[in-house]
Amino acid sequence: MTAIPGAGQVLPTDEGAPAGPGRGPRRGRRAGGWSFDTVSFFVVFLGLPLALFLVFVIWPFAQAAFYALTNWSGFTTEFDVVGLANFTTLLQDPRFTNAVGNSVMFGLFIPFITIVIALTFAILITVGGSGRGQVRGVRGSGFYRVVSLFPYVIPAIAVGIMWRLILDPSNGLVNGILTGLGLERFQSFAWLGNVGTAMPVTMFVVVWGFVGFYMLLFIAAIKGVPSEIYEAARIDGAGRWRTSWSITLPLIRDNVQTAYIYLGIIALDLFVYVQALNPQGGPDNSTLVMSQQLFRTAFTEGKFGYASAMGVAMAVVTLVFAALVFTVNRLAGGRSERGRA
Amino acid sequence: MTADAQTVPRAARAVPSTRTGGVSRGDRVAAGVSHTVLVIWCVLVIAPMVWVFIGSFKTSAEIFASPFSLPSEWSFTNYQNAWVDAEIGRAFVNTIIVVGTALVLVMLLGAMCAYVLARFEFPGRRAIYYLMLAGLTFPIFLAIVPLFFVLQNAGLLGTLPGLIVVYVAFALPFTVFFLYAFFRGLPEDIAEAAAIDGAGNWRTFFQVMLPMATPGMASVAIFNFLGLWNQFILPIALNPDQQNYVLSQRLAAFVSSAGYAVDFGAMFAAVVVTIVPVLIAYLIFQRQLQGSVTAGTMK
Repeated sequence: MTAIPGAGQVLPTDEGAPAGPGRGPRRGRRAGGWSFDTVSFFVVFLGLPLALFLVFVIWPFAQAAFYALTNWSGFTTEFDVVGLANFTTLLQDPRFTNAVGNSVMFGLFIPFITIVIALTFAILITVGGSGRGQVRGVRGSGFYRVVSLFPYVIPAIAVGIMWRLILDPSNGLVNGILTGLGLERFQSFAWLGNVGTAMPVTMFVVVWGFVGFYMLLFIAAIKGVPSEIYEAARIDGAGRWRTSWSITLPLIRDNVQTAYIYLGIIALDLFVYVQALNPQGGPDNSTLVMSQQLFRTAFTEGKFGYASAMGVAMAVVTLVFAALVFTVNRLAGGRSERGRA
Repeated sequence: MTADAQTVPRAARAVPSTRTGGVSRGDRVAAGVSHTVLVIWCVLVIAPMVWVFIGSFKTSAEIFASPFSLPSEWSFTNYQNAWVDAEIGRAFVNTIIVVGTALVLVMLLGAMCAYVLARFEFPGRRAIYYLMLAGLTFPIFLAIVPLFFVLQNAGLLGTLPGLIVVYVAFALPFTVFFLYAFFRGLPEDIAEAAAIDGAGNWRTFFQVMLPMATPGMASVAIFNFLGLWNQFILPIALNPDQQNYVLSQRLAAFVSSAGYAVDFGAMFAAVVVTIVPVLIAYLIFQRQLQGSVTAGTMK
């Protein structure tokens, strides 16, 4: 019995960068012999999940890359390979270039705003407590953490519709409050129907949905910083603000980078939110994003080859974004800084 | 919010007194600022939900009359309308079936796959690992069009089994990645002891390794439950049959018919019906969930 470790202590603290496949299993066993037990074991344990994954995930991805080079409509069995024609059309398609522009705007602002707010909250929660001893956190931090995750756990479509109701021009809570404060011009102001406000409001709703989750991740990261470092900083006379800026931030910058990439991928997709808030693309298509345009092209207009090309374009934009974040973080000092602090 | 953030430096200037006992002034200011900001944030989170909840009991006429009024009577008419007329009830049952089945399957298959990848050495292991990584990184939208036809050719388009299979396939990479790290962390000695005692691969997994992996399984299961319950693009694209709609599709249908005769009250009720199960699940399991976030999903 003593051999079985306390379940709690085997929590995978070192995953995330899950060790990479390079290392090989630590004391990997060889699949000895061809007994029935071994063969059936491998077929079921590896074969079954893998087959499912290949057929329903990898194979469609591969097909998409091919369809992107055709003019397939989906409803006929014939189609021509048109090479890169779809991509040249894409570049001249004002609807799509507009959608790319909107997606890039979302991709620039949503991660940035979310991370700034989430970091601020995380720092307030962790350093708001006692100024002595180890990082202890503000009182009631448990409550704040539980509540903060509410928006993250409820379905995104429900988040979108909830805010749609709240922002409703004539019956919504927001305009109710604003007119209650005497701002008559918000009597029936359409937040989602004005070119000037549709995009910022959409951003707000998405940020509302994700701040809590990233706050928790940053809190976890901050707690992972050895308390001696904070202790040393305090003895050297650094205040809270200084500590946060010069110690906490540099030490968790890799977590911030990961968060940036995750959020970027979310912001470049965003289908659920825009579909809930403005299914038609918003006023003057000001919130139309790539995913929405792809969906419409495929399932409403039936241009499957063209839509697949949009999918490839989306994947490229996403990968470029991730590469940019990596590069910026590396140029700005990146991992090397870790050792110094 | 920015205004509040700017008050932080002022709090910081009051250097924490390191000698005197008790709570220093700096501590109090910092705590005050923190609480103010965080309370505002919590109100911003909770108020919309409470408002929608109250709204779900108001008649449409009351909703149009004033956003602040309380319902004149707390009746469940909206819920009845949403459940029956708007077919939220059917969608709810469909969602339970699809998410429940997919969750069990993905946990089982994911654990098996992760176990083999983490504990055995065989050719192609590395390739499988990178394939999984690709499945995790590429946008689902790239796959959605071909996937539609893969399902159609298999006769699974618009059916619940079809949706379940796709849910499992797309939740697999995340599950495998998380459990992979977990199985690697388990001590080898016990598996060896089991082998010496004559347990085959199957028995070793189901009777020794899987029970030991319960904490990891629990955290992944919660994340998968939330992810699958909240899934939107897959059902929207692959589940066109109204009979088989899941909750997220039903909610979306409210929006796309907006402008016509939308039963506002029922819309409020539908949102509440969708939110409540996940909130309950979250509140029950929030310790595990917070724990697994804290365990550092991103290092």
